[in-house]
Order: sequence, then structure tokens, then C-alpha cells
Amino acid sequence: MADAAKKLPRIEINEKFCKGCSICVDFCPTDVLEMKGPVVVVKDLDACTRCQLCDLRCPDFAIQVFD
Amino acid sequence: MTAEAAKKQKLSVPFDYSKYLRGGKLPHIWCPGCGHGIILKALLRAIDKIGLTNDEICMVSGIGCSSRTPGYVDFNTMHTLHGRALSYATGIKMANPDLNLIVTTGDGDALAIGGNHFIHTCRRNIDMTILVYSNSIYGMTGGQFSPTTPEGSKTSTSPYGAMEPNFDCCELAKASGATFVARATSYHVAELERTIKAAIEHKGTSVVEILDQCPIYFGRQNKYKSASHMMEMIEKDGTVSVKQVDKLPPEKLEGKLLRGILHQVEGEEYCDKYAKIIEKAQD
Ligand SMILES: Cc1ncc(C[n+]2csc(CCOP(=O)(O)OP(=O)(O)O)c2C)c(N)n1
Ligand code: SF4
Ligand code: SF4
Repeated sequence: MADAAKKLPRIEINEKFCKGCSICVDFCPTDVLEMKGPVVVVKDLDACTRCQLCDLRCPDFAIQVFD
Repeated sequence: MTAEAAKKQKLSVPFDYSKYLRGGKLPHIWCPGCGHGIILKALLRAIDKIGLTNDEICMVSGIGCSSRTPGYVDFNTMHTLHGRALSYATGIKMANPDLNLIVTTGDGDALAIGGNHFIHTCRRNIDMTILVYSNSIYGMTGGQFSPTTPEGSKTSTSPYGAMEPNFDCCELAKASGATFVARATSYHVAELERTIKAAIEHKGTSVVEILDQCPIYFGRQNKYKSASHMMEMIEKDGTVSVKQVDKLPPEKLEGKLLRGILHQVEGEEYCDKYAKIIEKAQD
């Protein structure tokens, strides 16, 4: 299946910078991220569309999405 | 794949902020969910799109959480007195007309203690970009009301609701003579970047009022659940793009602030005018 061969993006989260505001979680259009304790984690990488909105709205330079 | 090739294929390449940042300064001091960091990032992307080098920029600020911005960037920077950033910036610009002046200021810094400097800077049409981080409150000092606090909002100094009508920063800038006036939000990030870029590229005084959120003081005191809740209610639902105004019925515009470039005209720039005066005097 094409899906199995699909190249997944890489989401890098800097836990030292993340302050847990949850803006990226709340506004991700495809619900990829979730809060785990004080920081954000990836819940469903497969759903990521690489739109970059999480990075653009992150106030803390804490999340980046690589192709 | 190279960044160039990826861009062509519209694949994502995260923006590299590090070339514009002073090493070792992050994480910044702003609270969780504060919009100031979102504005800083959009500003750096705008600067990159224009292609300015670090040395071609001078960033000046007053005092406040928003005024901490210059501390993080590797440009020529100056952190000055509360409300007085524009006076310092004016002096720097007149002595170095080739520098690109960017002033980062809070609504309190720009419009309360600095209100007089604000209107007179706009009146002169000196070439600089004034970014007003407008969070409707004095963040740094504990959430007192500011000239942009909407009437009725609770703050530390208005526990029963602010009783003064608030300033419209953009109307004030326009009436005072600024030749570029725009409003943006930290929610509409791509638009924010484009607006800042246009403001920097404009020759003359450019004012961008950027609605952002102080979840710690304004948010908590006015019963917002989170930073995202504020962005949703105040920035997304509370504004309408100038491009949509004509398409919307009047009831959909009620109580909304306009977003986008609200005013742009050509006008003779102050340093250019001053150069002519010097020429005349030397004749
Ligand atoms: C002359 C002077 N008066 C008062 C203060 C105290 N003060 C520091 S920051 C500030 C207000 C900052 O609010 P704003 O400009 O809206 O920025 P924010 O912190 O919300 O980003 C005040 C009143 C000061 N530093 N100097
Ligand atoms: S890039 Fe877009 S889809 Fe992927 S996690 Fe970020 S916001 Fe969600
Ligand atoms: S007090 Fe408010 S304005 Fe200041 S850093 Fe915290 S959230 Fe931002």
C-alpha cells in the first residue's frame, strides 16, 4: 500500500524550551500533538500534513517539523 | 535534499532562526503562552524575506515584557527608558539614516507613558517600523490596565471593570500622520509575517498594532481558559480582514477590529527633509 511506503515527517521538540502552553496542540489541524505532563509530545505522526502551523505559532522556538 | 529543492517542491523546511538570535539567550523570559515570542519569530522571518543583514538593523525598545525583544536578537540593539524608545530611535535614525530602525514596544510603553512620543514620531514620518505588542495590559508590572484595555475588562487596577474608553492604536497612528498603519494578530501568523515585511519595506513611519495575549494577567483576570482560548476569542473571532469587509453583512462586522494594511500613503520622509535643510543652511 502507498500508505506503508509513505515517508513520515520528523517532528523535533525541544523539551528544554517547551513551556507547556499547549498552543501547538490546540491549533494543529489534524490533532497530531498532545500534552504529556508539562511538555508536548507527538501522538499521531501519521496524521501530520507538514503544515508548520505548530512551529509558526510556538512562542518558544520549541517545535520544528522536518520533511 | 537541499533546502532550495525542498522549497521548490513545497516540502516543509523549518525556518532557521539561529542566525538572527544571540547565542545562549533561549529559553526567553516570557510566560507560557505569551504572544510576544510568536511576534519575534514572525519578525525574524519577515527580515529574512527582505534579505536584511543583522548589521543593517537597529532594534530599539522601552520597558516592558515586549520591550525585552531586542535582548534576544543579534542586531544593533538598544533597551532604553519606559516610553522613550521612539526618541532614542529617532536620534539613532537621524545620525545613521541608512540603518533600518525597528521599535518593539508594548501598548503601555507606546501609548501610555510614551503616548506623546508616539504621536510626534508619527507626525514626523521618520522612516522606522513601530511594532506595538498590544495585549491590553501592563504585563511586566502585574496586570494594570493600559490605554488599550477594553472598557469593562478586569485588571489589577480595575477589579470592577475598566471604566475608561480605550484608544484605537491604528486610528491614533493614522490621525497623527503615520504613512503606514496596519493591524495583525499573533494567531494569524502568516499574515503577521507579511504585514511586518510590508511595514519594514515602507519608507516613512510604519505602525503595526499586533494583538497578542498575556494569558497570565489579562487572561486569568478575564476568565479566559488558556492562551489558545484568548487567541481564538480575541484575535481570530474578534477581528476581520480588510479584504473581507465588503463581502460581509454589517452585523458580522459589529464589535470586530479590522486586520491588514489599514492605511498606506506616500509622504516625504523626515531624514530626507532634514538633509535638505542642512544643504540650505550650508548654501
Ligand atoms: C518611568 C517608569 N515608570 C514606570 C515603570 C514601570 N513599568 C515597567 S514596565 C511597565 C508597563 C509595561 O507594559 P507594556 O508596555 O504594555 O508591556 P508588556 O509588559 O505588557 O509587554 C511599567 C509601568 C518604569 N519601568 N519606568
Ligand atoms: S506540521 Fe501541521 S499537521 Fe504537523 S504537527 Fe504541526 S500543526 Fe500538526
Ligand atoms: S506577564 Fe504577560 S506579557 Fe509579560 S511575559 Fe507574562 S504573559 Fe507575556
